[in-house]
Order: sequence, then C-alpha cells, then structure tokens
Amino acid sequence: MALKQYKEVLINPLVKENPITLQILGICSALAVTSNLNVTLIMCVALTSVVSLSNLFISIIRNYIPSSVRIIVQMTIIATLVILVDELLKAYDYETSKKLSVFVGLIITNCIVMGRAEAFAMKEKPFVSFLDGLGNGIGYSIILIGVAFIRELFGAGSLFGIPIFGEWYPTNNLLLLPPSSFIIIGLFIWLIRGYNNDQIEEDEFDLSKHSVTPNLEKRELNV
Amino acid sequence: MNETVLKTLGVTLVVCLLCSLFVSFTAVSLRDQQNTNKLNDKRIKILEAANLYDDSKSIEEQFRNLEIRFLDFDTGNVFSEYKDFDLDNYDQLKSLRFPDQSKPVPADKDIAIIKNRENIGKIYFSKKDNEIDKLILPIRGYGLWGTLYGYIAIENDFNTVVGIEFYEHKETPGLGGEVDNPNWKDIWVGKKIYKTGDVQLQVIKGAVDQNMDDSIYMVDGLSGATLTSKGVSNMIQYWFSDSGYLKLLENLDYGS
Repeated sequence: MALKQYKEVLINPLVKENPITLQILGICSALAVTSNLNVTLIMCVALTSVVSLSNLFISIIRNYIPSSVRIIVQMTIIATLVILVDELLKAYDYETSKKLSVFVGLIITNCIVMGRAEAFAMKEKPFVSFLDGLGNGIGYSIILIGVAFIRELFGAGSLFGIPIFGEWYPTNNLLLLPPSSFIIIGLFIWLIRGYNNDQIEEDEFDLSKHSVTPNLEKRELNV
Repeated sequence: MNETVLKTLGVTLVVCLLCSLFVSFTAVSLRDQQNTNKLNDKRIKILEAANLYDDSKSIEEQFRNLEIRFLDFDTGNVFSEYKDFDLDNYDQLKSLRFPDQSKPVPADKDIAIIKNRENIGKIYFSKKDNEIDKLILPIRGYGLWGTLYGYIAIENDFNTVVGIEFYEHKETPGLGGEVDNPNWKDIWVGKKIYKTGDVQLQVIKGAVDQNMDDSIYMVDGLSGATLTSKGVSNMIQYWFSDSGYLKLLENLDYGS
C-alpha cells in the first residue's frame, strides 16, 4: 500500500472527515467530559488508544470473524480494551478516574469506535486500520480539546485548573453545564463547513416561499 | 468457510477466552496499586473532613497524627485494643458479613437503610496537647442509587460540624453527585447537630433562610436530588442517634 494512502487515512479524519463535526458521532462524551481540560485530555487519550487498538485487533482477525456474530466479536474486543484502560486509570490516575466515573466505561458504546470497526477495520489490513483509528481518535480529540478550552476558559476562568482571569471573573454556569457543548460544537461545524463547502449537506426538501397574503381557501380546507 | 456453526462457536470461544485472559491478568496485576489508591483516597477524605489535609505533605505522615480507636457501639466505650483486631487494618464494613460481629438494625430504627450495624466501629481523634480537638466519625446511608459512604468531623463540644466528606457513592453526576461539591460541603461547617438532646441537624428542601430561628440546624438541599438530600439527612439522624454515636458523645462529654 502506498505511503500516500497511509497519510490520507491518518490526516482525513482530522478535519475533512472529522467523526464529530461531519459524522456527528460520539457527541455524548463530548458533552460530558469537556468542562475541565485535564479530564478531557485523559478521555481523549483513552478513546484514541481504544479506537486505534480495536481497529488493529479486529482487522487482524477480520478474515476469521463469521459475519453472523461479527458485532458481538467486535464488542468483546472493544469492551476488553475499555476495561484495560479503566483498570490502568484506576491504578495510575485515581483522581481523574473518579472524575470520569462512568464515562470511561461508556467508551464501549461510543459510536466512533463501533463505526470505525464496522466500516473500516472489517475490510482493510491491520496497519492501515490502526492508522485510521488513530486519525479518528485524534480528530475526536481536536474537537473535544477545542470545546474544553472554550468551556473551561470562559466558564471557570481557568485552564488545566490554573486560574487565568483571576478573582474578578465570575463563573459562567451556562458554559460549565453540558448543553453549552452543543452550542460550541454547532459553531465548530459552522466554521468548518463555511471553510469547506463540500461538507454542506443538500436540503432534504425545498422550503416554500413566504407569502404575504394568507391563502384563506387552503386554510379552510385544513379545518 | 466462515459460516458453519462449529466455526462460529469456535471463533467466539477463542476470542472470549483471550479477552478474559487479558482482563483478568490486568485486574490481578494492578489490584495492589488500586487498593493503595483507594486507601489513600479514604485517608485524604478523613483528613479533609476534619479540615486537616495539606496536599504538600505525605498522606501517611499526616494520617499518623490521628489517633485511631475502636468503639463499642452498645456501651459507647473507646478502646485502643479489642480482641485480636488490628487497629490499622480493621474494616468495620467487612465485619458486617459476620453475624457475631454485627447486628441487624430494627426496621423502625433503620432510617438510613444500612440493614446491619457493626458492633465495633472505628473512629479517629485529632488531638492537641493531649486534649481531643476534633473527632472524625464514619457514616453511611442509602441515597438514590446506592449507599453513600463518608466521614463527618465534629468539634470537641461534640455538637458542631467541622466538615463532611463522601468517599464512595453512586449518585447521579451533576445532581446527587453534588454531595462532592465544595460549595455544598462548606455549608455544613459550623452547623449544630443536637438541640436539647435530639438530633435536629437536617438537609431541608430548598435554600435555608438565614434569618430563621433554627437555621443553624439546617443545610440547603441539593436541587434535583431530593432523595439524595433526604438520604444524607437520614444518615445524620441515624448515626447521631442512640444506636449510633450518641453514647460515645455522652461518654466523652462527661469525661471532659
């Protein structure tokens, strides 16, 4: 396989085919773990290692997986990796693992991991699958770190828990609460699609023109 | 031929075996480290409850300054030795499994829903010039999803709260999980527990009106977490009652 393809597989998911902004996958954890950069970074490392390794292992055994049980086999491998990550966190970074609580376990159900396993690793060779997982993990991380940066800086007035703005800055609860991630991710999508017009989806239907005079005849029919 | 029944079973079996091998290997090899973390976390909570924790010093060293004692719940007496129990490693939660070391709590008294109470508790004194300065007591009780485990520290008047900390709970993050919120824990500081002999301290619904007569006995409820608030309230009611620490506190009070 050519070097160029490796590069494409690794680079494409960063912005062009970003799992969060283009495919709108993995939003749940993007809402939950982005109020503090420390926690976000650990989550990003956890997800990136799970998605790249699960892609690698699934790709290695792809030719032996019977298609009738393929999802279960994929889930088993993903779940194993997630438990490993969770155990490692509990042993070496107990504080963060307490803060992440259930969200490490929920990587199992992260759509990016399953999506890449099913769409890529089941068809491609191990090394290129690994790169694809790595690229998607990093793509996810870029968005999460961006969201967390904005939320922590303008929400709590700090970065990595270190105060930036000082005492006068009041905590902004709108940004610290999960729904703000929706707004920030929305803005990111707008930004990326504004720059890269290919990503704009076609309207599913045309909106009819606004008419000044109401169509009374039609309205009566509706009643 | 990937689709025969035999092959399907074989592949799943091999994958499951390999995966479980990996999982059990990591779980076993990391267990010691995880237990150390858990123990340290508990110790930090004990120190934090009494407002003694200084993160620049070693946990071990600070914890050694505390005096650990056994407590006989039925008499309220305190011992430094009890049978062949080891003071440092005694875990009162483990003794709940043995009928000779614990007693079921009668249903009408079991407001904190703990089911069993150990006969011998483990409490912590912080002393200054050989006098009791603060007292740290383990508490537990049922919230919404499970039992909350924590510590409450009180002053040497045996009535004023120094702090409250939970080291393990299953409450909803953001709602009941706010029992870990430093702002909420700060509300507890300086609250009084007993009013003319009865446990009066409680978590109320909504915010406490500071002008109210009994506001010193009330703590703001957690919004969106009525059952957790209620659970914490019941926990205080139970553990400072007659079958909890009341006898101990009376003994200490007469002694001083």
